[in-house]
Amino acid sequence: MENTIINKPAISIQGLFKSFGRNLVLRDINLDIYHGERITIFGPNGAGKSTLIKILAMLTKPDFGQINILGYNLESKPQNIRQLIGVVTHKTFLYEDLTGYENLAFYAKMFGLNNIRERIDAVTSKMGIQFRVDRKIGTLSHGMKKRFSIARSLLHDPLILLLDEPDGGLDQHALAMLDTLVVNSEGIPRTILLTTHNLDIGINFSNKIGIISNNSIIYLNTTKNMDLNTFKQIYIEHTGFEV
Amino acid sequence: MKSYFNSILTLLWKDILLELRTKENIAPIIVFAGLVLLIFNFAIDPTPVLVAIVAPGILWTAFTFSGVLGMSRTFVLEKDNGTFEGMMLCPVSREVIFFGKMLANLSFMLLIEILIFPFFGILFNISILIPNLILVTFLTTLGFSSIGTIFSAISVHTRAKEIMLPILFFPIVVPIILAAVQSTSLIIQNGTQESIYTWIQLIAIFDIIFIVLSAYLFQFALEE
Repeated sequence: MENTIINKPAISIQGLFKSFGRNLVLRDINLDIYHGERITIFGPNGAGKSTLIKILAMLTKPDFGQINILGYNLESKPQNIRQLIGVVTHKTFLYEDLTGYENLAFYAKMFGLNNIRERIDAVTSKMGIQFRVDRKIGTLSHGMKKRFSIARSLLHDPLILLLDEPDGGLDQHALAMLDTLVVNSEGIPRTILLTTHNLDIGINFSNKIGIISNNSIIYLNTTKNMDLNTFKQIYIEHTGFEV
Repeated sequence: MKSYFNSILTLLWKDILLELRTKENIAPIIVFAGLVLLIFNFAIDPTPVLVAIVAPGILWTAFTFSGVLGMSRTFVLEKDNGTFEGMMLCPVSREVIFFGKMLANLSFMLLIEILIFPFFGILFNISILIPNLILVTFLTTLGFSSIGTIFSAISVHTRAKEIMLPILFFPIVVPIILAAVQSTSLIIQNGTQESIYTWIQLIAIFDIIFIVLSAYLFQFALEE
């Protein structure tokens, strides 16, 4: 898989700043994520992890900075980028009064996809929810909703996945399914940016790990030869917080 | 172009399906509009002469207030359910979202009007099956929906969204409502076709301006 990572960033962030009112959330973020790389960003609550994901997903605008995703500028080609990214956040983006199938069909149509039934069958099978598609989302457990949310993000077979704490509410079986997300339907490795508080998942899932604290990325390294205890120490040293 | 219209229709389909499931919007609004008509009917002595003067105002008061109730829900439900951002993630232009939502609002309001019109006709003893009246109602509702959709998107980001929408919305929609009241009055009082069409043209011009401007400005209204 390492051989497929080509030397060109799939996501390039240069000099990114973001504040909400007087509250500075992200300060001079510079990050290149190469094709097929899987980066996990850790950090204490309020460090700016979710804001970074939201900016890349174009759900909020940066104050300053240049961002390119797969060669497209975030400001000038938003629709092209939306077609290429899948996003999972704390919110499921699913309609509680529609069934799982209706929700997925809605998003599939909005993405202009063909063979909708086949695609829904494929992503629901992948997430182990194929027998719940006719149930209203509002009647499902939090974990099941999360699985549907991940299925939604995979419908258009994106090359880039932005996962903001996708492990919240997922059981061990569902967590194991995260490993199936690393390649798309054609076997091309996905570029994945993940945020989580779970060090174990983050380290095992990623090629690189980073720490965001005090509004900046203060640590970034590969996961090669990195074990959980070593990283726990690094995390505490950089953030001052226990994990 | 095909996918442009497909996406608009998909948004419309989703809103109609949700309304059919929940019945949260239309049912209370119909009751509200009916109550407004009923209260006015009791408040005045509906003699034929008085009805011809006041009925158009009463009708459009009922439609305007019930309409603004419905419009306020356009994006509030999306925001409350956390689906607003999901819509924003879709690779469609912001106009598509505007037109999808506008068509949903238009459909709901027209349905309410179809149900309320017979009640109005019975209460005030007015024939409602007049082509010009139907045309005026459709055109006014079209303009009303376009302005309501954009102001609903603006107000959803404010704290007092339920209060902000009418405050922002009514001053802008006044010209079209006044034109609707005047033309409805002329239609009920058998005014000349020429005078009726003058008002209808005015409503149509407002519609074009409101729809074009709203569709263009909608992208800015979505920003937090």
